[in-house]
Parts: sequence; structure tokens; C-alpha cells
Amino acid sequence: MEEIYQALVRIVGAAYVSRDPEERFIYARDPGTMEPCEPDLVVMPNSTEEVRQIVLLANQMRIPVVPMGGGLVLSGLTRPLKGGMVLDMKRMNRILEVDEMSRSVLVEAGASQGMLQAYLKKHHPGLKHSIPDAPPIATIAGNVLIHGSGHLSATGGFHSDMLNGMEVVLPTGEIAKIGSCATSPYWFSRAPLPDLAGLFIGWHGTTGIATKLAIKLYPDRPLGDVGIFVMEDPELVPGVIHRLAGVAVAEDILAFMANAPAWLRGFQLVNVKYGAETGEELRLKRDLLRESVRTYIDEKVGGFMPLPPEMKQRFLEEPQTTLAVFADTREGGGFEYVGAIMPIALFPEAYRKGLEIAERHGVECATGARIVGLGHCMMFFYGYAFNRADPSDVKLAQEALEATNAAVLEMGGIPWKAEAPAQKQIIEKMDPNTFALMNRLRGVLDPNGIMNPGNWEAD
Amino acid sequence: MYELKYDAEICARCETFDCLTRCQYMDLDLEAAREERQRLLDGEDSLVLSECATCYACEEYCPHGNHPFYLIVERQEERQAWPVPIPLTKQQLRIMEPRGEIQPGEVTPPVINLCAFSMLAGCIRGKLYEGASIISGRDIFCNIMWLHFGKNSVIRERLPRVIDNIVSNYLEPSGVDELICFHDECYGTYTQLAPAFGIDVPFKPVHLFEYLVERLGELKSEIHRIEAKVAYQRPCSSRLIPETEHWVDEIFGLIGVDRVEREYDRENALCCATTIRIAQRDNLADDVQKRNLDDMEAVGAKYCVFNCPACMMGLSGPAAERGMTPILMSDLCQIALGE
Repeated sequence: MEEIYQALVRIVGAAYVSRDPEERFIYARDPGTMEPCEPDLVVMPNSTEEVRQIVLLANQMRIPVVPMGGGLVLSGLTRPLKGGMVLDMKRMNRILEVDEMSRSVLVEAGASQGMLQAYLKKHHPGLKHSIPDAPPIATIAGNVLIHGSGHLSATGGFHSDMLNGMEVVLPTGEIAKIGSCATSPYWFSRAPLPDLAGLFIGWHGTTGIATKLAIKLYPDRPLGDVGIFVMEDPELVPGVIHRLAGVAVAEDILAFMANAPAWLRGFQLVNVKYGAETGEELRLKRDLLRESVRTYIDEKVGGFMPLPPEMKQRFLEEPQTTLAVFADTREGGGFEYVGAIMPIALFPEAYRKGLEIAERHGVECATGARIVGLGHCMMFFYGYAFNRADPSDVKLAQEALEATNAAVLEMGGIPWKAEAPAQKQIIEKMDPNTFALMNRLRGVLDPNGIMNPGNWEAD
Repeated sequence: MYELKYDAEICARCETFDCLTRCQYMDLDLEAAREERQRLLDGEDSLVLSECATCYACEEYCPHGNHPFYLIVERQEERQAWPVPIPLTKQQLRIMEPRGEIQPGEVTPPVINLCAFSMLAGCIRGKLYEGASIISGRDIFCNIMWLHFGKNSVIRERLPRVIDNIVSNYLEPSGVDELICFHDECYGTYTQLAPAFGIDVPFKPVHLFEYLVERLGELKSEIHRIEAKVAYQRPCSSRLIPETEHWVDEIFGLIGVDRVEREYDRENALCCATTIRIAQRDNLADDVQKRNLDDMEAVGAKYCVFNCPACMMGLSGPAAERGMTPILMSDLCQIALGE
């Protein structure tokens, strides 16, 4: 290990390599329920070339490499399950280029959500990116690579759908360009070339290390509004979402259900956010949305709730901070959730399962769903808060999460950014040929098996 | 129990039809009004039940004080012709339900009742309110708002408890018998709504505006006339108590502002449209607000003056966008006192 440490010092400088116990302690865990796994080393590269050299070294020394962005995935994907080095990308956080006309931005893989949001507000106030409801230090690359979603997902789909191209260091050390940038100086699209981005998205860092990526930007309109459609019967929710999303004016549609405060208990709320250039456009969009659900309003089974201006302002915030408040309801800072990607038609069943699981396991569960595209699917989330300082509380949450993953798969959904045990649950349900293809691809890309081993592996 | 004091005979004999023909939100000629009135009297379905904007104005228009609006609300509830989607009503019922958390406390006059609007406690400051006690919270929420939801039953159920809470926790133990209602709705509730339902009110409600007139009179030498044009947004509850309107004029006179004559003021006032929006009638709400604000703007109002926090919630943003300063009456008086 000494030899590796010294080689890393030569690549990135002594200040950016560590094998100290305190760093290994921190990088062993994330805020979720997964058991810690200590790395042998932590390294922070500052350039694609340094990443390349680190990967070459790892191949030579047969040491695992675990790429990491903000380390906030909550499902423990950046824990080095088989030791090795954590490759922390936070130094590579430059915002390289904004193309106003084509509405895109090229960033390094360590650039954070908060940095890009602040940068665009300052330098390109007419543009914004789709920000997830994560802490601002979460990275853009990390969220794209796990198929994240955010405040523009009703407009643009998953964040991976908003990817124009990438620069990737392959597990064997070559640098590959993915998308239009492979043949053009412009990072405008993944079409019309064979779409190789799929070799790296959703793989949890087992197929390569993204070092740069270009994502789509969207108009940041000067006016914004939000409507919250309230109903009691969960069976109505898919239809309401289908109609609201179908109008194609919403930037974000988020359903949420909560037990607290008491006035929310038992209600299904669908939050629709949209923007406009003028007051007239804003009213037109409001009217279109309202008319899309007119049937429910006329039957008196649902309606848009009155929102005081300050409350409306809170709902327009990007990212939302409400979940952060829930995350600490048990105190002790533990929070993890199952985000299940599934059709919106499964909403009522998904909601009921959440209630059942929470009751069976005696845990608090916050549920909701972010709508992706025009109701093409949703990320239904089951959030569990727990006290990290209380092992029995952690265990309760772990059991609830495992039960939730099983229930999601049973319903026909798929757990998102699944932790290692949930990956195994997915693999059990997966078409064997699909899993075989995944293994063949990984074998070709990573012959020495150095990339985040322990993930996407069957027992 | 708590039967509405409404005389069907009076309505049946009335030839004015003011309650319906003067309505600013339904376009009914005499003949149509006659038909709809009969339907209401017979307990049948009527377009009034679905078209009513629940602005309370017909309570003021009725020349006989016969509570036509309360009858409409009774019929809405009987026929389940809910003006607001059911989940929203249930949600509001839960938000505003009494918490049972009230604790007895000693109060000294003047006792200011902020109703459920505890967030307005900051308004009770300075010379106007020297020595005042404040009471507030969901347990003393006046509950008049259910008139907008077709829910007289909730008023019948909750209002007597509210009155008892006020009396037994604050007024009686402190030997106080006067309650100053900061919110017009509370005064309307205790002086007009409660009697209409036969609910006893064992204290003397005092309207904030009466109190302000008295205090401003005492502080007259300290008033700096504001010398500005204002538009006053009448709250719906003021339709129950039009006899309080003169205090608005007296206050404006004392602080030196000009309540400029305009089309949509006084008996012809328009609703703030907050409840119209809750009834999911955004287009009507937009139209009502636009006409109202156009009118305020046309007369050059600098301040848009409110008594009701709900009116202020719905109208302050649009008023501010037009360059007017939205302000509560109490705060405007404090400006005149240099506070």
C-alpha cells in the first residue's frame, strides 16, 4: 500500500492523497443505513490526465477504484465494498462553457448542483438546470449517472435524458468521448451516433469514470407559480397526474403525502410548478392546468388548495428543503429512501404498500412521487428517517427499506440507485440474458475488475 | 338547536329581490330572481347554490334583515351543493379545528382578540394599544369562514365552544366584559351571525374601528395627517354589520387620508376574490380583482387598506404590483402617529 500511496502522491501531490484514519472513517460511509466499508486510500485528482494515471496505476496494482461525487447518494454506492481507493472528484469542479444559444453547459464531473445554480444565476440569468432536491454539494455528474430527476423533470425527463455528452476515463485508462463531442467541437447531443452513454449511466461507477459532461439547460423564466391539487382518494392520483402532465406546461410535478402536520394526513397532494415570461402567459398556463382536471373539480373530489404568498414562495424554491426537515425528524441525522421508478398507474398500490410497511415496521415513512416527462413514469419515494446513533433505529429502517425494495419489485417497479443488497434483489428479478450482457460488457470494459467491485454482482 | 332566524314568509312577500338582482356575481333579472328565490324557498336545486360567490353582500342588500345569505348556505349544505371541493373543505376544517390547548390567563382591558391570526400580534404595539392584552389561537377562532364552504353546521358546532373558551378562560376570571375584535369577522360573528343562529354571546364585542376612533381621538394632538388617497377593501363580514362603516370614514378623517369615491366601494364593493379562488373559479377571481384594482388605480390610491388578513393575502400582491401599498387599517393609523 505504501508503494501505491507514493505513486498517488506523485500523480496528485501529497495534499490530495490520504490514508489517515479520520479520512478513511469519513469516506467509509454515507448518511444512509448501509454498514461502513473503509477505503485504504482517498485521492482527489484535479484533471482528466490525473484520473487516467490513477486508473493505470490501479490496473497495475490491481486495487479497486470507487469514483465519488458528493457522496450523498444515501444508498452507500460510494462505499468501497472491497477496499481500495475512493476517487473523490470534488476538485474537478470547473464550469467550462455555457452555450446560451443551444442551452447547454459543459462541466467537470466534480461540479456541484449549488455551484452551477449560483453560476447561472450570476452569469446567465435566463438559464437554469434541473436541480434535484439534494444538498447543494451533490454533483451534477453523480446525479446524471444514477438517472436522477429534479425540478425540470416534467419538462426534460430524467437527468440522464438531459445529458448531451461525456468525457470518460475507461477502466483501462483510455479517454473516450461520448456523444456529438466525439466528432464535433460542440457538445450538443448524443444523437445521431450510437449512444454509448448507456455504457456508463446506471452502472454505479463500475464501467468508467466520467470526467466531463454537458447537460441541457432550460429557460429560467422571470415569473413562476405553483398549484397544489388536493384529493383524498389515491385511486384518483394517476388520472390527475396524467392530465396535468399532459398539458405539457409544468416544469415539475411532485406528488406528496405526509402524516405531519395533521392537516396533511390522509390527503394526496400533487404540486405543479410552472414558469412564464408574462403574467398573461402564467394565467394561461394556470387555466390550462385547471381545465385539464376540471372533471375532478366539478365532481368536488379535488381542487387546488389556497396558498398564502409566503407558502407559495417556499414551494417555488429550488431545491426544496422540506425533505431535509423530515430527514431529521428522528434526530441523529439518518435518512434513506427507496426511490422506485415505476408507471404512474401504480401510484395507489405504491402508496398503500408504503402505509403497510411503515405500520408493520413501526417507522415513520414519508411518501411521494416525482413525475418524469409527461407522466411517462415516476420516481415514487419512500423516505425513512432514523437516528444514526441508535443501532436499533437503524435496524428498523434497514428492515423497512429491504421490505420496500421487495414490495417495489413485486409491484413491477425498480428501485433506483439501489444499494448493494437491493441490486441483488433486482438481479434476481432481472432477465438472465440481460444480466449476462451486463457482465459481458463489464468484462470487456474492465478486464481487471477494478471499478467499484461489489456492485451489480450476483451472490 | 341553533335554528337560523329566518322567516320564509318575509322572503315570499318581498318584491324587491335585492338579494339576487343586486348580486354582482350572478346576472339575474327580476323574473329569473323570482324563480330562483322560489326554488330556494322550496329547498330545490337552484343555480344560486352553485353561482353564489359567498361574498355575504346580500345580507346587506336585504331590506328586511332576513338573512338571505345564511339561507343560501343552509341550502348548499342540505343539498350538498358544495361551493368548494370536498378535500379542500376537509383540509381547512382540520387546519382550523380547535386544539383544546387553551389555558386560562388573566387579561386586562383593553383585551384585543386576534382570532386565529396569532401572527398579527406584532400589530398590537405603540400608543394605540398601550396596556392591551392579546388573546388569539385556534381555540378562539370565530369560525365565520364556514359560510364560504356551505358549512353552517360547523358554525353551530364550534362557535358556542369558542364563545365559552373566551369567556371562561379570559374574560370571566378577569372580570372583563368587553372584547375588542381586531378582525371585522369576529365582530360580525358576535353581533350578527351568532344572534341569527340563536347563539348567546355573554360579552360586549367592540369593533376595532370603534376602538381606533376613540384612541385616535385621545391622541389627536400626536397625529400627523398622512394626506394621501386611499382605497378601502371592505371585508365580506362588513356586509353583516354595515352600521360599522361610518367608523372607517371617521378614522380616515382623523388620520388625514382621502377615501376617494370610486365605483367599487361601499355598498358596491367587490369581494377580494380569495374565496372565489378557493371555489376554483380563477377566471371570475381574476376579473373581480382586475376591476377592483383598475378602480383603485384610476382614483390614484396610494394605500390599499385592509382589515381582513385573508383579503390582504389575496389582494396585497396584485395591489403592490400596481404601485399601491397594501396595509392593515391599524398599521395605517400607526403611521399617522409616527410609529
